[in-house]
Amino acid sequence: MKKFLAVVLSICLLAGSLVALSACSSGKSAGGSVKKIGIVQIVEHPSLNTIRESFIEQLEKNGFKDGENITIDYQNAQNDQTNLKTITKKFVSNKYDLIVAIATPSAQAAAGETKDIPVLFSAVTDPVSAELVESLEKPGGNVTGTSDVVSATKIMELAMRITPDIKTIGALYNSSEINSISVIDELKDYAQNNGLTVVEATVTSSSEVQQAVQSLVGKCDAIFSPIDNTIASAMPVVAQVANKAKIPVYVGADSMVKDGGLATYGINYPALGRETADMAAEILRGKNPGDMPVRTITEVDIYINKATAEEIGITIPEDVLSEAAEIFGE
Amino acid sequence: MTLASLIAIIQGSVEMGIIYAIMTLGVFLSFRTLNMPDMTVDGSFVLGAAISAVLCTNGYPVLGLIIAFFVGCGAGSITALLHTKLKIQPLLAGILMMLALYSINIKVMGNKSNIPLNNKPTIFTPFEETAVADYIYIILGFAILLGILALLFLFLRTRLGFVLRATGDNENMVRALGVNTDITKLIGLALANGLTALSGAIIAQYQSFADVGMGIGMVTIGLASVIIGEMIFGTRSLLHRLTAVVLGAVTYRLVIAFALELGMPATDLKLISAIIVAAALSIPAVRNHINFTQKRIAAAKRNKGV
Repeated sequence: MKKFLAVVLSICLLAGSLVALSACSSGKSAGGSVKKIGIVQIVEHPSLNTIRESFIEQLEKNGFKDGENITIDYQNAQNDQTNLKTITKKFVSNKYDLIVAIATPSAQAAAGETKDIPVLFSAVTDPVSAELVESLEKPGGNVTGTSDVVSATKIMELAMRITPDIKTIGALYNSSEINSISVIDELKDYAQNNGLTVVEATVTSSSEVQQAVQSLVGKCDAIFSPIDNTIASAMPVVAQVANKAKIPVYVGADSMVKDGGLATYGINYPALGRETADMAAEILRGKNPGDMPVRTITEVDIYINKATAEEIGITIPEDVLSEAAEIFGE
Repeated sequence: MTLASLIAIIQGSVEMGIIYAIMTLGVFLSFRTLNMPDMTVDGSFVLGAAISAVLCTNGYPVLGLIIAFFVGCGAGSITALLHTKLKIQPLLAGILMMLALYSINIKVMGNKSNIPLNNKPTIFTPFEETAVADYIYIILGFAILLGILALLFLFLRTRLGFVLRATGDNENMVRALGVNTDITKLIGLALANGLTALSGAIIAQYQSFADVGMGIGMVTIGLASVIIGEMIFGTRSLLHRLTAVVLGAVTYRLVIAFALELGMPATDLKLISAIIVAAALSIPAVRNHINFTQKRIAAAKRNKGV
């Protein structure tokens, strides 16, 4: 009797699972045309948010609308690296068709999680050092995207237009951010070629920034800080200390100018988002990411903080002002 | 180094030292008087900063400090309850609370990890146009610190304060006297984290930002400051000890400022803090060992003599 019951039960189970399985596969074939896109972003940050918003907008213009022929699952890691792992794991195990990773840590997490699903990054300054791609021209694997590199040279050229008497530059950055290090290396090259000196002040967390800036006072004529998440977070206190000492601060992102830095050549983030969306559309139509070169943005804008300029007693040349995309603190 | 930059460095360090001293007093309460290393501090510091930043954004800087203090007390109470009622080891209870606070802090900041406070009203804003503008951080910070120091001194001299200090020295004795040590621990940890949160709240307004990562390593900084203070300024009376804690916090900042000035990389700071704390905590053990060896040598000599 027991044996009979067991047989009946197993048959029922088998039949049940078969039905479930067929339901699953039919669901899959029906949803085949709807592509699933996962967006992972490291932290809530004005520039990164702009990229994401203009990405979604441009994707729609390319014929991919959220809720119609694609679904977009947006996740934010709230600046916690362990969250990135959880998010990208979820994207991979749910077999998404495309992962869009905003900023370097997100891209590294996504690339580490899958070798098959296309990963499209944005706002990665140096994808080669971050080991995301083999080379900018031919990425090779399943990863490609857009870089937000604004060369240190370009920012220093702007610095020289505004304050031509600079002899010593204080480099302020988080020594554990790979993006920052590659920009600082370029700054050192520029300095060497132009007879300037670089003094460094590095930090590891936002609580150390104030004293690091203080240590640069009296040692340099200008401070340079790349697009560095830690310095960007503590930008108000950087400006507070530097402005008091009347030292101009040249930075790597427009948001850092808004928070008190003097000037930058900033990436035009909406343009970066749109470029990323165009690449996404190509991938969704079947192109292989490994064959698509990493794109950089040629549209760069000047951002100036006039309140800072007044505080440290610097007059911004008229030609620079007229080129500026945005002037903060007016 | 020019004189002007030397003065600027000292002024900056004293400003930071005074504000961090409030956190250090909290660490002194939990670590020295209750004899409990409380890891909650890393989280409650940011909690205070977050509350303060949110209220500044809405135009209530002073209220931000007050609420930060009381919510910090709440966080400390939860750590105490985890330890006393649920019997979780004190160190682990603190770590758990610190972990929970990470999420809570991001929630408090409206699901953001950073709030800039540029051009927002802070407790320092009303004095910006006055003659003392350059020194307002020191003046106001010192005034707040002095008030707290006085209240803490008076509190620790009350009956409850004595019991609190005794709990850390010998819990069993205090229990034997019929005192509920669970309550003294609760009050102690609540106060400690309230002070820490208040310190974070002032730092946020002083540095014009709150960031979820700004509390990393606060416990070590607090411990290092307490120990530096005790080593240099001594531990004779209660007032002496409290003053030593404050001076320790300022000294710690000065040490770091000069280390950075001499070109030490920031990545080494945490290692050096850890070494200072480890060295200072090992002094009693090393001293005992030396005494013991000396006694043995002396004994061996005596025995030979016989």
